[in-house]
Amino acid sequence: MHFTVILRILGVLLMIFSLTMAIPLLLAWALGESAIHAFLTALAITFFSGLSIWLPVQHVRHELRTRDGFIVVALFWTVLSLFGALPFYLSEDLQLSAVDAIFESVSGLTTTGATVITGIDLLPKSILYYRQQLQWLGGMGIIVLAVAILPMLGIGGMQLYRAETPGPVKDTKLTPRITETAKALWYIYASLTILCMLAYWAAGMTFFDALAHSFSTIAIGGFSTHDDSFAYFDSALIEGIGIFFMILSGANFGLHFVAWQSRGVRHYLADPEFRFYISLLVIISAITCAVLIATDSYEPLAALRAALFEVVSIATTTGFATADFAQWPNMLPFLLFLMAFVGGCAGSTGGGMKVIRVLLLSKQGIREVKRLIHPSGIFSIKFGQQAVPDKVVGAIWGFFSVYLLAFVFMLIALLATGLDQVTAWSAVGATLNNLGPGLGEVSANFSSINDPAKCVLSLSMLLGRLEVFTFIVLLSPMFWRR
Amino acid sequence: MKIIILGAGQVGTTVAETLASEANDITVVDDNIKKLDALKDRLDIRIIHGNASFPTILKQAGAEDADLLIALTSSDETNMMACQVAYTLFHTPHKIARVRSPEYLESGSLFDRKAVPIDELISPHLEVTDHIRRLIYHPTALQVVNFANSLVQLVGVKAVEGGPLVGHALSTLRQHIPSVDTRVAAIYRQNRSITPEGDTVIEAGDEVFFIAAKGDIKKVMSELRSIEKHYKSIMIIGGGNIGARLASVLEDDYQVKLIERDLNRCHQLSVELDKTIVLHGSASNEELLLDENIQKVDMFCALTNSDEVNVMTSLMAKRLGAAKVMTLINNPAYVDLVEDGDIDLTISPQQITVSRLLRHVRQGDIVNVYSLRRGAAEAIEVVARGDERSSKVVGRMLEDIALPQGTTIGAIVRDNKVIIAHHDVMIESMDHIILFLIDKSKVNEVERLFQVGLGFF
Repeated sequence: MHFTVILRILGVLLMIFSLTMAIPLLLAWALGESAIHAFLTALAITFFSGLSIWLPVQHVRHELRTRDGFIVVALFWTVLSLFGALPFYLSEDLQLSAVDAIFESVSGLTTTGATVITGIDLLPKSILYYRQQLQWLGGMGIIVLAVAILPMLGIGGMQLYRAETPGPVKDTKLTPRITETAKALWYIYASLTILCMLAYWAAGMTFFDALAHSFSTIAIGGFSTHDDSFAYFDSALIEGIGIFFMILSGANFGLHFVAWQSRGVRHYLADPEFRFYISLLVIISAITCAVLIATDSYEPLAALRAALFEVVSIATTTGFATADFAQWPNMLPFLLFLMAFVGGCAGSTGGGMKVIRVLLLSKQGIREVKRLIHPSGIFSIKFGQQAVPDKVVGAIWGFFSVYLLAFVFMLIALLATGLDQVTAWSAVGATLNNLGPGLGEVSANFSSINDPAKCVLSLSMLLGRLEVFTFIVLLSPMFWRR
Repeated sequence: MKIIILGAGQVGTTVAETLASEANDITVVDDNIKKLDALKDRLDIRIIHGNASFPTILKQAGAEDADLLIALTSSDETNMMACQVAYTLFHTPHKIARVRSPEYLESGSLFDRKAVPIDELISPHLEVTDHIRRLIYHPTALQVVNFANSLVQLVGVKAVEGGPLVGHALSTLRQHIPSVDTRVAAIYRQNRSITPEGDTVIEAGDEVFFIAAKGDIKKVMSELRSIEKHYKSIMIIGGGNIGARLASVLEDDYQVKLIERDLNRCHQLSVELDKTIVLHGSASNEELLLDENIQKVDMFCALTNSDEVNVMTSLMAKRLGAAKVMTLINNPAYVDLVEDGDIDLTISPQQITVSRLLRHVRQGDIVNVYSLRRGAAEAIEVVARGDERSSKVVGRMLEDIALPQGTTIGAIVRDNKVIIAHHDVMIESMDHIILFLIDKSKVNEVERLFQVGLGFF
């Protein structure tokens, strides 16, 4: 392990990250907002911390190893989240405690979208912009790190894409192609954001709202510049645009890359994960719509609109709201919440366990049934035309059990802090899946729960974003001993 | 015709036998001298011992002035290379090769004239699966063959008590099914042929060969035996080339189970096939067959490499309750043994390959040849050319054509329309005529009949 290299990368990362605070700083200066002090101080602290880490090791040249990759990925979210909390903590408009500030920052960078701030509409523009930008940067981190680095860590699901997707995603080496991959994916991420922003703007949002919401839409984040989230706009067109871009961002960016390279869209339907993802969305929307109509909660058309938006928003783990789905009748809150566990596709900005893992797990389940019926039968799990090695399926089972264990432990921790059951389990679910809103007490806002619970939930968000394994690997003594 | 046959295996031997009896100059090349000697003792042919793709060997075999090269060695590569050598060095005009591996067959333009110069590819497993598939689509047929781009089919059926026509004269067929035009080409009763006439009475147990347009086949068949319901469940034994391919063409329409002995092959098959249930085990394991509900199987296909395994498992499957069993048999001697026993259908890969080969060997304008009844009879499709002066058939009514004994004209295809042969049909130039030859030794006479006289040129 080369700590010096990791430190060098960390220093550079911090310095770059500090520069991103310059944009809200300029915004605050232009609008004459008081938050300018908070941003200035935060920028200075972050930059000089980075510089002091970087300076002693600036000349170190070592090749990064796979094991170093784990640490880099984990540091990206933990350290940046801590420094990202500075402007929230320092801002006089917000008056947040350190725990709240960190929670908000983690929620932003992990693209969760859970918030402890109330009265969002009244906040200075620069703070609002900064929250959205945190999500956007987090989304970019996911795309670049998750698509380019996580596959090499081999934690199930992702490595399929090495074999399946043509183009640079296939490559397994850290250098030098990884920069090409990251660059291409960054272009796609940026172009999607610009398209989304233009669409929102044209559909009637103000330029500021359009930019802010395009950031959190493409990052599958869920932060909004209004307390009412998407309900504030009350426009079917804007919701439609939101649905479209949420679905795109919840799909594998490797597919977008192929689309960009081959100027075609046919491969989307050829991809089994994408097909499963879309059919899940359609089926759950239909069920939701039917239940809403049957229980007379909405007029038929309004039911369709609300169902589509909420299902896409929850299932992709974005967390925008046009309605309070926690108050919906029947099994709907629970059903929608479960969809967040499925989450987005592998290689997307979405959270959850990822569609491909759920797809392969269910195939494995079906295979066991077939084996019981035909004891001598030989059945392979197929992904498209390719057989999935049993090793991968085993890795996914491992992931599944660790994910569930993490969920259970944090649920117990939350219950220990005194939360009621619905709030506790939905809060863990909402954060572990990087969804955002939960049920019960946390259906819109996390400000009312106690500080220890917020700490647990911040950890939960990081765990979810790092796909649990990455984090657990770092916690295991074996990793450090080798 | 001067013909070189490479490879003295089962198919090579059968082809040599068939062609040697038709006044051709045959040279057989093989690297196994024992096989060659055995062949030489039986047939009037020349033998060359050596590697079939070596230029010197091909030269010895007379590749320079041969009309046709048939490459039938057990190695695809040797067959392909031999054709290449014959083409490049000796300019042999016509080259036929057997290629088995799907990898070669599915690789696009590999067999273009500029690449591997093979004029006709024979791929037995494709032919055999096609053949089996046709039999499965027509549950009661003994044999189904296509003519004129599948417009016309010739079907062999065993008449069974209960069929509306059984016990009646052939001439009543028209009253039974007035909308359908068909012609009975041959009837075999206790393995002896009867020339079908209007007053011939069909008996139960007769093997009836009839020709009809493809869409009418089912109606005619239902006249000869009570309608058998469509197959649902198919069990295939052996996941080799034939078994795997058959499963992949059938799996969309039927419930297919495939039993294979080799575990690795099972894994491979379970990836290649989508709906087929791949089972690992031996088909001679009674428990396995019972577990997999052999009583409900409509068609049991034993398609392994071993004749003995095929016959034994078929017999066992039949005893355990499989509705029908089909057995792949390579050794012609076995076919007669199992005939009239419990096995409903036998498939002979050589017969099917030989049929395909004959099509290319036959002279003149014969476009399709099928060996029927284990090679005793033949059905051929021939194009009539020339005009009234140069041809012995064009411009004549069917009743005026001097057909050799034991030959019947079944149907005529003109501009993609099917005309069932009746005595007053006039033959025109470019008609495709489908004939049934009870005795295949008459094929030369038929060829001569259709040859265009000198006046044509």
